[in-house]
Amino acid sequence: MDFSLNEVQTMLADSVEKFIANDYDFDARQKYVKSEPGFSKDVWQTMCELGWTAVPFAEADGGLDGGPVETMILMQRFGRGLLVEPYLANVVLAGGALSRLATESQKERWLAPIIGGELQATLAFVEPQSRYEIANVQTTATKSGDDWSINGKKAVVLNGGNADIMIVPARTSGNATDTDGITLFVVDAEAAGVSRRNYPTVDGHQAAEVELDNVAVSADSVLGEVDAAYATLSEIVDEATLAVAAEAVGIMQILTEKTVEYAKNRQQFGVPISSFQALQHRMVDMFTASEQTYSLLVWATMANADRGEDAKQAVHSIKYQIGTAGKKVGQEAVQLHGGMGMTWELDVGHYFKRLTAIGQMFGTADWHLDQLTA
Amino acid sequence: MKLTFTPEELEFQSEVRAFFQNEIPADIQQKQDRAIPLEPEDTRIFHKLLYDKGWAGYNWPKEYGGTGWNAVQNYIFHSEMADANAPIIIPFGVGMVGPVIYTFGNDQQKQRFLPDILEFNTWWCQGYSEPGSGSDLASLKTRADRDGDHYVVNGTKFWTTLGQFADWIFCLVRTSSDVARRQEGISFLLIDMETPGISVKPIITLDGTHEVNEVHFENVRVPAENLVGEEGKGWTYGKVLLEHERAGTAGVARTRYRLQKLREQAKRSVRGAPPMVEDKSFMRRLAEVEVNLKALEYTDLRTLATVASGKAPGPESSILKLVGTELQQAVDELYVEAAGYYALPWVPEQFALDFPDDERVGEGIETDASSRYFNFRKASIYGGSNEIQKNIIAKHVLGV
Repeated sequence: MDFSLNEVQTMLADSVEKFIANDYDFDARQKYVKSEPGFSKDVWQTMCELGWTAVPFAEADGGLDGGPVETMILMQRFGRGLLVEPYLANVVLAGGALSRLATESQKERWLAPIIGGELQATLAFVEPQSRYEIANVQTTATKSGDDWSINGKKAVVLNGGNADIMIVPARTSGNATDTDGITLFVVDAEAAGVSRRNYPTVDGHQAAEVELDNVAVSADSVLGEVDAAYATLSEIVDEATLAVAAEAVGIMQILTEKTVEYAKNRQQFGVPISSFQALQHRMVDMFTASEQTYSLLVWATMANADRGEDAKQAVHSIKYQIGTAGKKVGQEAVQLHGGMGMTWELDVGHYFKRLTAIGQMFGTADWHLDQLTA
Repeated sequence: MKLTFTPEELEFQSEVRAFFQNEIPADIQQKQDRAIPLEPEDTRIFHKLLYDKGWAGYNWPKEYGGTGWNAVQNYIFHSEMADANAPIIIPFGVGMVGPVIYTFGNDQQKQRFLPDILEFNTWWCQGYSEPGSGSDLASLKTRADRDGDHYVVNGTKFWTTLGQFADWIFCLVRTSSDVARRQEGISFLLIDMETPGISVKPIITLDGTHEVNEVHFENVRVPAENLVGEEGKGWTYGKVLLEHERAGTAGVARTRYRLQKLREQAKRSVRGAPPMVEDKSFMRRLAEVEVNLKALEYTDLRTLATVASGKAPGPESSILKLVGTELQQAVDELYVEAAGYYALPWVPEQFALDFPDDERVGEGIETDASSRYFNFRKASIYGGSNEIQKNIIAKHVLGV
C-alpha cells in the first residue's frame, strides 16, 4: 500500500499548484469567463506548453504516458483553482476517444493538434432524451457510397460552441437504446448541416445544443469499428466521471478550508463565529465529508488504473459520493459564509455552482446508487 | 378537532379563487408561469388590483383600511394566491412597516404613511442588516445623532431587498451607545430615499441577479418627526414586526404549488426521455418531501387555530421559518435533479415574453431550476439565519 505520489507525479502536482498560485486567481478566472470564448486561450496555450494536455496519452502519440492517477492529480488541482479552461472536453472526452480508437493518421490529424492546443474538440455523448444512458443514441448515421450522412440532436455538448471538431456517437444499427450499433464519427463543427446554439453554463463553462441535419462525413472520419463503440464510450465516460470527481474533491477541500478561515475571522456577538460549537461541528462534518470523498476517489482512481474487477463499482461509488457529500459541502460553505456566501463577488458561490454542475454531469447520486443496486 | 372549513369560509375561498383566476392581467400571469422576473410596474399593477378589491391590507385591522380578516381568512387568501401562482405581495410596506406604524406610530404618522402603503403609492424597503451585523443584529452601527429637529444618519445597510426601487426605507439605527444593553440604544426611523446623502449600490447574488443592495448614508438629515414611537425602543418594535408575520411565514402554499408542478412534469416525457415517475428513487424522495410538507402544513394550521381563537401562537410556531425554508430548498433540489443535464444551461435572456421559442434551452420547470436553487439558498440565511432560529427555539421554547 502506498498512497504517496512518485517523483514525476509530485512534479506534476507542483507545476499545477505553482501555476494556480501565481497566474490564476479568482479575479482572472472571472475575467476569462466573461471574455470570448469563455476561457483564456493564453492559459490554454500555457497548459499545453506545460505538458498537461499530453498527460493521459501514450508516448508514441506524443503523450506523457500518464493514467487515471495523473489525471486525478491535475483535476483535483483544477478544482481548487476553479479553472474554466476546457480540459475535460478536449483531453479527457475527445482525447479519450481518439487515443483509444483512432488510426495513426487520424491521431496525427486530430489528437496531435489537441495536445498542441491548435484544435478545440469535444465528445457529444448526451442527447435531449438520453439523460444518463449513454447507449440511448437516436442520432443516426446512414451509409451512402463511401460516405455517411448524420442526422440528430446532441444536448449540452461541453465546449460545443468552441469546438472545431465534435466526436459524435451515432446509431448505425439496432434500436434506440441498444448497446450494439453505435459508431463514433469525427464531425467538422463548421460542416454543412451542423447548427449549434452556444450558451454559458451555470458554472461559468460553455456548452451547446447541436443539430445535425444530413451532415456528410467521409469514411476516414469513422473512429474504430462500425457498430462497436459502446464499450469504449462507456470507458471514456467512466474516465471523465473520475476526472470531474477529482475536480469536485479539490473544490470540497478548498471550500472546507475557506469556510474554516472565514469562521475564524467573522466576528458576531463579540467573538469569532468559529467559537460556536454548533458551527464547529458543521465544519467538522464538511471536513469529514471531504476526507471520505477523497478516500473513495483514491480507491476509484486506482481501481480504474489497474482495470480491476471493482473498477465500475468504484466509479458509481465515487460519483454517488460526489452527488451527496459534494452537495452538502457546497451548501454548507454558502450557509456558513452567510449573506457573503450568496454574493457573486465572493468565490465561494462559484465553487458551489461548479459542484452543483458536476453533480448533474455523468449521473446524479440517485442514478449511480441505482446502478450499484441494479 | 375539525379539518373542514365552514360554509362561510368556503364561500370566501371561492371568491378569492375567482379573483386570482380572473383578475390578474394575462401578461403578468404569463411572466409568473414562465419564471420571468416582474418589472416594478407589474408589481404596482398587482398591488393596485388588490387595493381596488379592498384586499391590500390583508393583515391590517379595519380601522386603518385593512380587511380585518381573521387567521383562517388570511390562510385561505395566501393559499389561493399561491395556487394561482400569483405574484407575491412585497412584504416591506403592508407586511412590515405598516403594522409597526399603526401599532407604535403617532396619529400624524398614521395619516401620512398608512394610506400610501396600502395603495402601494410608496415602495418601502428594510434597513436592518449591516456589513458587520448579520445574525448579531443588535451590534448595528448605523448612527442617528440628534441635531435640533433632525437626526443625522451615518452608516451602511446591507442586503436591502429591492432597495433600487424603493421610495422609503425603515431603519434600525443607533441613537445611543450609552446603554446597559446594546438593544436599548436602537431606534426605528423612517427615511425618504430621496434625501441627500443616500446612495444605493447593487449587490449581485450568485445566481447573477440584482435583488439586494448596499445602502450608504452620509450625513443624511432626517426630520425627527420620522422617528416611530420612543427613541431607544426600536429593537422592541422590530421584534414585534418579526412576530407579527410568524403565522403563514412557512410558505407552505408556495412550496406545495411547486411540488404539484414538479409532479405534473414528472408524469410526462420531456424531449422523449422516460418520464420521471418511472424513476423510483426520485419519486421516493419527492414523496418524502411531500410528507414533511404535510407535517408543516398542519403545524402551520395548528398555529393558525390558536391565533384564530384569540390566543398567542404556541411554541410550535417557532419552527415554521426553519422547516419552511428547509422544505423550500428541498424542492429546489428536486427540480435541479429532475432537469438532469438541463440544469447546466444558464440563459437568462430567455426569461422574456418575446424570446423566440425555438431558441429556448430546456423545457418547462427545467429552465430556471438551477437559478432558483442558487437564489433560494438565501432562504436559510435571511430573516434570522436558521442557526439563529435554532438558538431562539432553544432559549425561548426549550428554555435551555
